[in-house]
Amino acid sequence: MTWTNPLALLRRTLLGRKERESTERTLVSNLPYEGLKKKEQPNRHFKGNSIKTTKYTFWSFLPLNLIGQFRRVANIYFVGLAVLNFVPVVNAFQPEVALIPICIILALTAVKDGWEDFRRYQTDRKLNNTPCLVFSRREMRYVEKRWKDVRVGDFVKVLSNEVIPADILLLHTSDPNGVCHMETANLDGETNLKQRKVVPGYSAMNSPFDPVKFNCTVTCEKPDKNLNTFNGYLETTDNRKLGFGIDSLLLRGCTIRNTDESSGIVVYAGHETKSMLNNNAPRYKRSKLERKLNADVVFCVIMLFAMCLVGALGHTIWLETFPSAPHIFIPEGKNEHISSVLAGVYMFFTMIILLQVIIPISLYVSIELVKMGQIFFISQDIDLYDSETDTQVQCRALNITEDLGQIEYVFSDKTGTLTENKMVFRRCTIMGTEYSHDENAIRLAVLSETESEEEVTLYQQRNLPPLFSMDEDDEVSSVVSVCNGARTSVDNHHRPKVPTSPQSDLAFSSPLETEVTPDKNLQQEIQDANRQMVESHGRTCEFYPNEPYLDFFLTLAICNTVVVSTATAQRQRGRGRRKSTPSTGAPEGLFGKVFSSLSIKGKQKSPANPFSLDDEGSEDIATITSDMGVAEINHSKQEKVNGSSVRNRSASGHRQSSRAGPDEVCYEAESPDEAALVHAAKAYGFILKERTPNHVSVGLPDGGELKFEVLDVLTFDSTRKRMSVLVRHPYTKEIILYTKGADSAIMDLLEPPSRLKSERKRVKANTLTHLEMYARDGLRTLCFAKKVLTEQAYVDWLKIRREALSAIKNKDELMLRSAVKIETELTLLGATGIEDRLQEGVPDTIQALRVAGMKVWVLTGDKPETAVNIAYSCKLLDKRDLLFTLTLPNKAALKSSLDGALAEARKYPQSMDCYVGSVTSDVTIGLVIDGPTLNLALEEDLKARFVELCKHCRSVLCCRVTPLQKSEVVKLVRDKLKVMTLSIGDGANDVNMIQAADVGIGISGQEGMQAVMASDFAIARFKHLKKLLLVHGHWCYTRLANMVIYFFYKNVAYVNLLFWYQFFCGFSGTSMIDYWLLIFFNLFFTSTPPIMYGIMDRDVSAFTLLNLPQLYRIGQHSEGYRRSDFWLAILDSFYQSLVCFFIPYWTYHGSDIDIFTFGTPMNTVSLFTIILHLAIEIQSWTVVHWVIMVGSVLSYFIVTLAYSAVCVSCNPPSDPYWILQQQMADPVFYLVCILTTVVALLPRYTVHVLKGTLAPSIHLHARQLDRLNPSERESWIREWQDMSVPYPDTMSSRSRPRPINPVDGAPQPDIAYAPENPFRTRSNSSICDTST
Amino acid sequence: MKNEGEMANRPDNTAFTQQRLPAWQPVLSAGIVIPGFVLIGLAFIGIGVALFVTSQKIQVLETDYTGAEQGSPCYDCRDTSVPCVCRVNFSLSKLFEGPVFFYYGLSNYFQNYRQYGSSRDDDQLSGYTSAFTSPSETCAPYQYNSQKKPIVPCGSVANSMFNDSFKLYHVVNGQPRPVPLDGKGIAWWTDYNIKYRNPTVNGTLASAFADTVKPINWPRPAYDLDTTDPSNNGFQNQDFIVWMRRAALPNFRKLYRRITEGDYANGLPAGNYTLEITYNYPVLAFDGRKKVVFSNVSWMGGKNQFLGIAYLVIGSLCIVMSVVMLIVYAKYKFPEDEL
Repeated sequence: MTWTNPLALLRRTLLGRKERESTERTLVSNLPYEGLKKKEQPNRHFKGNSIKTTKYTFWSFLPLNLIGQFRRVANIYFVGLAVLNFVPVVNAFQPEVALIPICIILALTAVKDGWEDFRRYQTDRKLNNTPCLVFSRREMRYVEKRWKDVRVGDFVKVLSNEVIPADILLLHTSDPNGVCHMETANLDGETNLKQRKVVPGYSAMNSPFDPVKFNCTVTCEKPDKNLNTFNGYLETTDNRKLGFGIDSLLLRGCTIRNTDESSGIVVYAGHETKSMLNNNAPRYKRSKLERKLNADVVFCVIMLFAMCLVGALGHTIWLETFPSAPHIFIPEGKNEHISSVLAGVYMFFTMIILLQVIIPISLYVSIELVKMGQIFFISQDIDLYDSETDTQVQCRALNITEDLGQIEYVFSDKTGTLTENKMVFRRCTIMGTEYSHDENAIRLAVLSETESEEEVTLYQQRNLPPLFSMDEDDEVSSVVSVCNGARTSVDNHHRPKVPTSPQSDLAFSSPLETEVTPDKNLQQEIQDANRQMVESHGRTCEFYPNEPYLDFFLTLAICNTVVVSTATAQRQRGRGRRKSTPSTGAPEGLFGKVFSSLSIKGKQKSPANPFSLDDEGSEDIATITSDMGVAEINHSKQEKVNGSSVRNRSASGHRQSSRAGPDEVCYEAESPDEAALVHAAKAYGFILKERTPNHVSVGLPDGGELKFEVLDVLTFDSTRKRMSVLVRHPYTKEIILYTKGADSAIMDLLEPPSRLKSERKRVKANTLTHLEMYARDGLRTLCFAKKVLTEQAYVDWLKIRREALSAIKNKDELMLRSAVKIETELTLLGATGIEDRLQEGVPDTIQALRVAGMKVWVLTGDKPETAVNIAYSCKLLDKRDLLFTLTLPNKAALKSSLDGALAEARKYPQSMDCYVGSVTSDVTIGLVIDGPTLNLALEEDLKARFVELCKHCRSVLCCRVTPLQKSEVVKLVRDKLKVMTLSIGDGANDVNMIQAADVGIGISGQEGMQAVMASDFAIARFKHLKKLLLVHGHWCYTRLANMVIYFFYKNVAYVNLLFWYQFFCGFSGTSMIDYWLLIFFNLFFTSTPPIMYGIMDRDVSAFTLLNLPQLYRIGQHSEGYRRSDFWLAILDSFYQSLVCFFIPYWTYHGSDIDIFTFGTPMNTVSLFTIILHLAIEIQSWTVVHWVIMVGSVLSYFIVTLAYSAVCVSCNPPSDPYWILQQQMADPVFYLVCILTTVVALLPRYTVHVLKGTLAPSIHLHARQLDRLNPSERESWIREWQDMSVPYPDTMSSRSRPRPINPVDGAPQPDIAYAPENPFRTRSNSSICDTST
Repeated sequence: MKNEGEMANRPDNTAFTQQRLPAWQPVLSAGIVIPGFVLIGLAFIGIGVALFVTSQKIQVLETDYTGAEQGSPCYDCRDTSVPCVCRVNFSLSKLFEGPVFFYYGLSNYFQNYRQYGSSRDDDQLSGYTSAFTSPSETCAPYQYNSQKKPIVPCGSVANSMFNDSFKLYHVVNGQPRPVPLDGKGIAWWTDYNIKYRNPTVNGTLASAFADTVKPINWPRPAYDLDTTDPSNNGFQNQDFIVWMRRAALPNFRKLYRRITEGDYANGLPAGNYTLEITYNYPVLAFDGRKKVVFSNVSWMGGKNQFLGIAYLVIGSLCIVMSVVMLIVYAKYKFPEDEL
């Protein structure tokens, strides 16, 4: 949350009232008003561009920081105590001294806050003073100003590679097409370039662009944080309205690439820019353990009050025992004898001061430190590092590390999370004929097996977020860039190495999948068609696209938003980006590798500039090409390593272009699906060559080229689930609509069956059959259709479209409606099946999570068939599972189904309850439910039944769900079942779900950064979840739980010493330990060991934890920190404090010992007891442990001796002068220390020993395993696994290299659980090889 | 090898960051701890025996002289406001080995009462004359007397200084023969030499105390505490310092004198003794008791049975535990141990 100064708030309210009243923002150019007073500036109400993210100023730091700190209850408690100490009748210590703890805590926090704020201040100042070019009317040119001087209404020019200073409406670029490219990596981490274009229709009427002549009024939305929407219009002097959208807005913080100059008018500045509005502070979540701990703190408060009450009553009674007040040792004012009851009341408060430490305030500080340490170790884990993308795990939430160890439900996205989200074209059906692409399948299979060939044709695929995933209800989010790089021989050295399992994933990291081996039959048919064409028309270029194959591939090639760019542009961005934001987890590493290798090889076989081929085609392209060249050379100057070769390459580009051919065209697709389709089309010779806002060029198999005029692009949205392009054929001038989309979306829009010819009907029927088969194979399906429009229809539609475009209100809806209007009566062309392979280690991870007792749910936008198949292949479902499928249209049916399913489910014991050692029951239940049914199930009256059923299910699959439903499901489970939930996802559609869960995990890399931004932890691969949860989660949980229990014990044990002494000093609040030493004791002597314990202790090794996931269950059942553990710790602390008090007491009883000499052995003994108690609890001793433990004891003696020697009377009236020295010269001191320590720890030690022998916990067994040598350990682990793993076939299936295999991927369901109820269906039957 | 740039975010692969530091993982089980228990048990029994024997050798003679009961020697003195002398006779059947320490003891006396403890001014006691004119607030109500004159030394602790005095006579052939009592070195060396300092004005101690009054309960001012030894006056008076070191527990004794000189250097020979007590200090008002204690000391200080017995008990317990552990170990061995 950004903090706003109340004054600023007030000012804004006053000034901006007028502005606030409307929902729109209207602004004009500042230039006519240049030099006028502020009052006369038309845009004065809008915020300036200077930003301030600091919370404090120099002067306000102290008061504001203190106010902020006093919002914490703990600090108020501390201050209250300190103030109480200033009240003479109740003070326990010297008032000044009592201020020390609170001052230390406040000071530490203030220093931390101040440092953070200072760093923010420095960044702000740097940003605010960055230079930029602003147009000045006085000088009639762009002059250099600083960012903070930019105002709304200014004209700003941004040069290539410069960062955009504010949100600017693009009015002019140096590009003749009026486009510029913007890199948004700083904003959302997406690495692809986004194309922005000048406000449509503006450049035409105002060329050349001159800011002074700009006399339009800009009307746009109020500032909001949505990076993907922006609407408004320009109103010219003659009242024409020119609409614009997000694609005309340059966003602050982004970088302009590949465009020499872009200029425009500032619409939002400073804090109102979209990037600043998105700048949220990390979220604060409270962990489950912390909630529990807070309850125990309440117990501590109760205990404190009880003890104070004892003190108060004791004091009263003690006073009553004297016939008259013994003035000799109760010095009271001469005439002010106070009643013993009143004295007791005072004493109550004194006791609170004295025993305050029992409420472990320092615990919170310690927990924060411990979590920092834990996070350090998590993020340093090399096993969670993905070398392919150079990403390590990111911990974004700082305080829920231990929640990782208590997860009970895992909600996972499918695409991109379980699967690679790197799409591979597998099959297609055209006009009802299926082409199985067996050769391609074989090639892929071979590819995944043998990856270490010396000479590999290297293709480069860069996959980022799918804006466009047809099967998912994705929100429009992000873009993928696929670059099909030059065919270059590269040796193995440059290939990224995945150390663990060589076979499965390398194929993806060196994405040869983009290449598609054409199906022989299909290729033959195309050639035939081509030949016919040549024969009939003479020239292929003029063929009339009535041939379905050609239409189909044209759709593949042009019905998308793929941007064609060159390899050089890619390289430039890759490098530049890395310099600016090296930490962003995008896989730019691969780029570097590829391109450096390209450069090295450049001399032998240089990639050529693809545009050279098109030289004759368009002069626009020539311009771009030359731009590229300039940029490249500029860049090569910076590149010291590759400089010469780069230049060499660019120089030789044209020369060699003919040889290298069109292969090195780079595709930047918004989704991996699109990229896969474009590549598939390319394999058959339909090569997407160029795309500008107005044109798209496709190369044909015979070498010809078609350049379509693009009339409109109806972009994808999750409601329509399809996209279309409207083009004009270059030769026939026909207006054609090409549409692709989810099968459900397309099938409903086909020409009505009544009008269909039988041929068409057959096509539809066949296609549907094929689609079903694809889905069963786990392929993502897309349908393709076309429609030829009459000129009149187009003109009519254009009118509606224009209206929608210039609307501000309901623009989205109007656009949608206009799109729906034209997408009707389509002709089906065919469909494709795209494979989205499972990520490496997914089945293994899911299996491990389930053995660990977690229930795994998959929430996906995919079809049930696809999802179920993926579920089988990733071990989410087993063929022996009892599977309920709920896809019901109405509530009544659902209700009866739920009841029936419940009755069925109750017959089987809940397998989740079994603990380690017992064999799980054979039957587990799976549930498949689709989106609409889920909606019904989530209604109030069915909720309970649904949840009840879910409780019985081991895994649940929700298909066709929207992002909102995802989060609803998570919330439902979290709230109704009161369980710890974890959501994992990678895309914008998972953001809701990630935020709804207790722990949100984002997968970085594939789909941009939205998921990562919303997450608590970000990992690079799904398989990392295993170690993150099983090892780090377990460790963090047990460590923190043990630390917290120890902390409670420590405080109570120590403070009780003071309490027992009260019984011997008339309950007068005397402390037998010097107050400074009391403070030191908690601050120095005993503070580090528990923190180290919380960060570094290790009960079971990572190896064992990974191999025995059942060890995780301790956290789910909260067994590391139970209420009984708390009370046991308190009980033990009472016992130990009694021992620590009474052994010295009886030793010195009746002697001439003085107060502090009496207290010193107690203090020492307490230290030994507390340290050695921890030593018993510590499960693994490393060097750090020894150093800290021994260091603590040494520091006690050194500090106390020094203090006792220096301080003659520094803390009157208590003066521990020479006390410890005196004691250490006395042998009895040592005898007392030894005896007391042994007696205090004997019970705990004995109990530990007996527990370890008589009833060893599973973790103790696991610890025993760690001590064995590796081979013995493995055999034990295997035995253990076999004992408790629910599925006997796990071991064998785990070793299977490729999770999805079209032949054996989907296991046959067991007939034993044949459905007897209508709602209970078994999962799909086997997958047949469809090529037959 | 790895390219630096490509692995920019790669975490360090060190034993520390990967939590692979070599670790000692003790597993507590019966088999392992048996030797430990046996060793501790034996050592404790050894220490216990030594302590017990030493403690047994120490002779202690305690006499309550409060005079609360009728017929006790000081009964008549119990509530007189003027100094009153009473005598307590006792006899020793054998030599009371020296050096003999002579304590006075008080019970139900709460020197550790908080307000009592803070009712003093350490600046005064450190000899800062500035603190003489304006004693610390904490001294109230013994800060100023009724004439608003500052009390030095102020406060409750000083005011309540024990002021009974004792003389010990060895009755030889019916004739009392005074036993020399050594009053030097009964306070801590650091207290006497460093902590408590006398102010000097114009070279004399008394002039430093000008314009101040003595504590209300004191018969004589501080600079005149010991009439026999001028160097034992002011704050650097041994008895005063001993009193000012507050006792930790309500039943305590404080060292009064040592018997180290002349014929009695080796201890008090057998025979009859008379203790002449100047009875000043009232304790009956709060149900307190006064006593005198003669004791000799060992390396472990005064007589204390507790420590020796405790060591013996715990030592034996450890031995018992080790036997129990042995049984447990024999019965429930880990399956892993059998490997």
